[in-house]
Amino acid sequence: MTAIYKHRLFWPIVALLTLIVVNAVARPQFIKITMRDGELYGPLISILRESAPLMLVALGMTIVIATRGIDLSVGATMAVSGAVALTIIDGSDDPGNVGTVLIACVVAVLVSLVLGAWNGFLVSVVGIQPIIATLVLMLAGRGVALLITGGFITTVNSEPFAFIASGYLFALPFAFLIGLVAIIVLSLVERRTALGVLTEAVGINPEASRLAGVRSRSIIWGAYMVSGMLAGIAGLIYASNIKAADANAAGVFIELYAILAVVLGGTSLNGGKFSIAGTVVGVLIIQTLESTILFLGVSSAQSPVFFAVVVVIVVIVQSSRLRDGLAALSTRLRSRSEADEKVEVA
Amino acid sequence: MDEVRPLLELTGATVRFGADAALDHVDFRLFPGEVHSLMGENGAGKSTLIKAITGALAMDEGELRLAGERVAFASPHEAQRAGISTVYQEIELLPNLSVAENIFLGREPRRSGVISRQLMRERAAGLLQELGLSIDPGSLLGTHSVAVQQLVAIARAISADVRVLVLDEPTSSLDLDEVAELFRLIRELKARGVAILFVSHFLDQVYELADRITVLRDGAMVGEYLTGELLRIDLVQKMLGREIGEVRARGRASEDDADEASAAVLRARGLSVGQGIADADVDLAEGEVLGVAGLLGSGRTSLAHGLTGVAHLEAGVIRIESEAVRLDSPRHAISFGVVYSSENRRRDGIVAELSVVDNITLALQSERGVFRRIPPARRRELAASWVDALDIRPPDLDRPVGTLSGGNQQKVLLARLLALSPRVLVLDEPTRGIDVGAKVEIQNLVAELADNGMSVVFISAELEEVLRVGDRVAVMRDGRIVETVAAADLTADSLLALVAQPDEDEGED
Amino acid sequence: MAAMTMARAETRTKERGESPVQTFISRHGGMMPSFAAVLILILLFIGGEIFLRGDFITPRNISALLLDNAVLLVLAVGMTFVILTGGIDLSVGSVMAFTGILGAKMLGDGVPVGIAIPAILLGGAAIGLLIGILVQYFGVQPFIASLAGLFLGRGLAYIVSLSSIKVENDAVLWLQSTRIRLGDWYITPTGIIALTTVAVAAFVLHLTRFGRTIYAIGGNEQSARLMGLKVGRAKIAAYVISGFCAGLAGLLLTAYSGAGYPRNGIGTELDAIAAVVIGGTLLTGGRGYVLGSMVGVFVYGTIKTIINFMGAEQSWMQIIVGSLLLLFIVVQRAIVARSEGRR
Repeated sequence: MTAIYKHRLFWPIVALLTLIVVNAVARPQFIKITMRDGELYGPLISILRESAPLMLVALGMTIVIATRGIDLSVGATMAVSGAVALTIIDGSDDPGNVGTVLIACVVAVLVSLVLGAWNGFLVSVVGIQPIIATLVLMLAGRGVALLITGGFITTVNSEPFAFIASGYLFALPFAFLIGLVAIIVLSLVERRTALGVLTEAVGINPEASRLAGVRSRSIIWGAYMVSGMLAGIAGLIYASNIKAADANAAGVFIELYAILAVVLGGTSLNGGKFSIAGTVVGVLIIQTLESTILFLGVSSAQSPVFFAVVVVIVVIVQSSRLRDGLAALSTRLRSRSEADEKVEVA
Repeated sequence: MDEVRPLLELTGATVRFGADAALDHVDFRLFPGEVHSLMGENGAGKSTLIKAITGALAMDEGELRLAGERVAFASPHEAQRAGISTVYQEIELLPNLSVAENIFLGREPRRSGVISRQLMRERAAGLLQELGLSIDPGSLLGTHSVAVQQLVAIARAISADVRVLVLDEPTSSLDLDEVAELFRLIRELKARGVAILFVSHFLDQVYELADRITVLRDGAMVGEYLTGELLRIDLVQKMLGREIGEVRARGRASEDDADEASAAVLRARGLSVGQGIADADVDLAEGEVLGVAGLLGSGRTSLAHGLTGVAHLEAGVIRIESEAVRLDSPRHAISFGVVYSSENRRRDGIVAELSVVDNITLALQSERGVFRRIPPARRRELAASWVDALDIRPPDLDRPVGTLSGGNQQKVLLARLLALSPRVLVLDEPTRGIDVGAKVEIQNLVAELADNGMSVVFISAELEEVLRVGDRVAVMRDGRIVETVAAADLTADSLLALVAQPDEDEGED
Repeated sequence: MAAMTMARAETRTKERGESPVQTFISRHGGMMPSFAAVLILILLFIGGEIFLRGDFITPRNISALLLDNAVLLVLAVGMTFVILTGGIDLSVGSVMAFTGILGAKMLGDGVPVGIAIPAILLGGAAIGLLIGILVQYFGVQPFIASLAGLFLGRGLAYIVSLSSIKVENDAVLWLQSTRIRLGDWYITPTGIIALTTVAVAAFVLHLTRFGRTIYAIGGNEQSARLMGLKVGRAKIAAYVISGFCAGLAGLLLTAYSGAGYPRNGIGTELDAIAAVVIGGTLLTGGRGYVLGSMVGVFVYGTIKTIINFMGAEQSWMQIIVGSLLLLFIVVQRAIVARSEGRR
């Protein structure tokens, strides 16, 4: 029993279940799932469908954060990806052709991969702090996306492309399935290869890892590439959902929500131990909270206030300073200021 | 001198980090107008003692008296206001600000509330002049050499009304001229009645300057001596803690084989690493343990770094089984079977939050590559066999390594390296700061490994340990291997004499 | 002994810059990136002049440069304080939006200017205080703490109003509409406010203990602490100042656009960061100048103007600024690497 209580996913899952129960009590139709034409519908299904882009981005962010990094450029990458795909589809003779759409998507994801590789290069080879290195693309990326679309919001009418966000497969939203596949693939890679543990080692103690012969540079580089690629796929889902490439609006603030999801899932921003499952729960919490806020009649534009409160609570609870402080307080009362605590640590 | 009351008196000082006592009931006193040296090896508690005096660290027990009055400083700043200035080993100044600002930061001269840069520069120039340093006080600190920065730190320390000056390894980056200049200044301050705590690992300097010496070992006080009454060799003995009536070196079955070139697994010629070592030669035969003895700062760690691809070699060549190799990274060295265990276990060794299994298999897994994962069952089996073989306690494979004791962490690190089946094992102070039981276990393990054909470089600050474990002993002083002697031809006393011997060329110029 | 000191002093003179140029470099080496920014600004001006055949460097355009970039200038000043400590403040864009719409709403509801304006400024400072406390007392990374500020500001802006609110208040509009003229040159009260902010900030950063503490923290927080500087207080103050500047920017923006709008300032924090970095402030802290940030803002503004004149797409703006940011970051990285190698 205590083992369950102590599990790192215990509190995130409790938070998610609480949210669902509160919603279910307030509006019973929340947990209602209906089958229509062999396709599932209902608020819970919508949450799964709408969470897909954030899910993908947050998964990539998890890997990057595990290496002690951060990727601020994911929103911009989404914008680029959407712009590339829609420009290709828009420029083709037959926007409705599945082949065209496939090529467009592949090219868009490859471009995103290149953007990720660029970030990885700046961080792992040039040695620029991750937050600063990815800031460059965060800023310039949207410009690139705007340039690709020629400054307009490119809209297309393409059935196969629209399918990505709104289609159904095996009675489930296709977008959700994409997210699911990403979760499964990442989990498998983490479990079936040594990538997971080596990534954690690099994130926890880079120097010790180097001495043990770990290829830290490749691992860090790879993490940013994964993040870029997943952001690219997220960009496709976003663009498909609005059937347009909006370079200014695509993925705005998503890096922030993704970081929040990772933190909610119990992965420390200081790198090291990470949890894919935790991030999944974190994403679902965010999406359910968003849905709850909307239900409360609050405009979605105002929802950031709630998330600000969530961020503050989560970081304060996770703050090692707070924990150490409380621990120190309970063991002995020392009349020493916060400032000196730091000196001692060093 | 003893009729004078000590200016600063520390009694029963105890500082604990978790279960370990970094300082265990140590007494220390400083008289006005005296230079008092604090001596001890790594981990002896010198830095902790200094921090306890300067308010950077709170003592768990003990009291500090300044001019007879009991004081407790909550911060270095408070200590500074009471007249205790400190110059730390690593320069604690700000390269991004000017020399003058670094001297006066926090107490800048002001005119009607506004900092007067001109006044500040003038005053700084005066202070620098006193130090024989004629640099532009307005220049950025970062544009100067480390030595100049060190002198600026001292200028800062004496710019305040200083009663006690703490100098923690102030000479490690200075050249002979600069040291002479510093010593002149210290003597001047001494004449003014300032009490000076001087820490240095250069014995010559200590003997030149100090009136009194306090020796610490493993956080405990060994004793306080007048410099004139303490022979150099006795000082080293007290620092290294050798007991009289010593163990003899471990005898090897065939001592003659060791020198045969054909059996050399590793042969290094003319290795130079930055300021650490110059022109070092190392020969290592199969199944041989080469002990490395030397004081702190003698270059023993740089030698290990140079041999294992951790540090960039400026000169020299390494041959492994007569094939010349360039080891430009630890990973590369591992591929040649040369592995390294750092002296700084916590910082450069363990991955604290990962489990025992993960830590033990880390290097092996990296060597195999990311995609050729060692199956979980095999990993556990492997780790379990090492936990068993090295008696790692508690034998819990899933425990985060950070929660183990120092000795067990060291064993985990050894297991990580041994899992690679290396040819050459370079161990830098593997027994530092661990309990006696684990120490003996590790020493025995090294002997056993060598008996099975592994070649080991064993660096330690403890001479009897080097003698006990090593077949031959390389003695290091000032970045050079001054002699390599068969352990059988050494006694603890003769090794001590070699390690402590002053360098001829370090006299006055 | 004295003779020896003399002799030593002589040998040491080599370390001293012998020519005024060398002295200058050893004293102000840290200004080099800022000079680079000035150079870029001059090149931009020359380029614009050539491109527009002598129609670019006109009193009207230069005056407009300050007018159009007063808001960014104020934000960059606050950001400079934070970045000098080695932190970052992502909240300024949304805090500006919040304070802007709050001001518009209050004025619309008939609250007197004497209350509305202080409320705006305090609102910004309060969010800065929250971020500072999170950073200093809870050890939260600056970008995460300011991320909470970003969410909070944006959400609060929408809570005040979901749509834009027009400002009719004469006093506020006066800030923008008044043109103090000197020949073809002019300056608005908003421009004066922005320049005053720069001047005050430069004074505080260079001539007060608090200002030097900010630099010291950025150089090495641990050292600053050991030197007995009031690190905690100064760090929090840096975020409060940034928040206050964001509040002031909100006021200026409201005056500039004649309305408060909750969608204002999305991504503006990045522009402010870019301007500060282009102006020669190291993102790792400790080096930089608020006057450099001003140059950075003008570089930003000039690029924007030139793009406008050329009729090119505004997307180039982001790409050029991003590239400049990258250039400066890489150069800074090289500078830092060199000074590390020196040690």
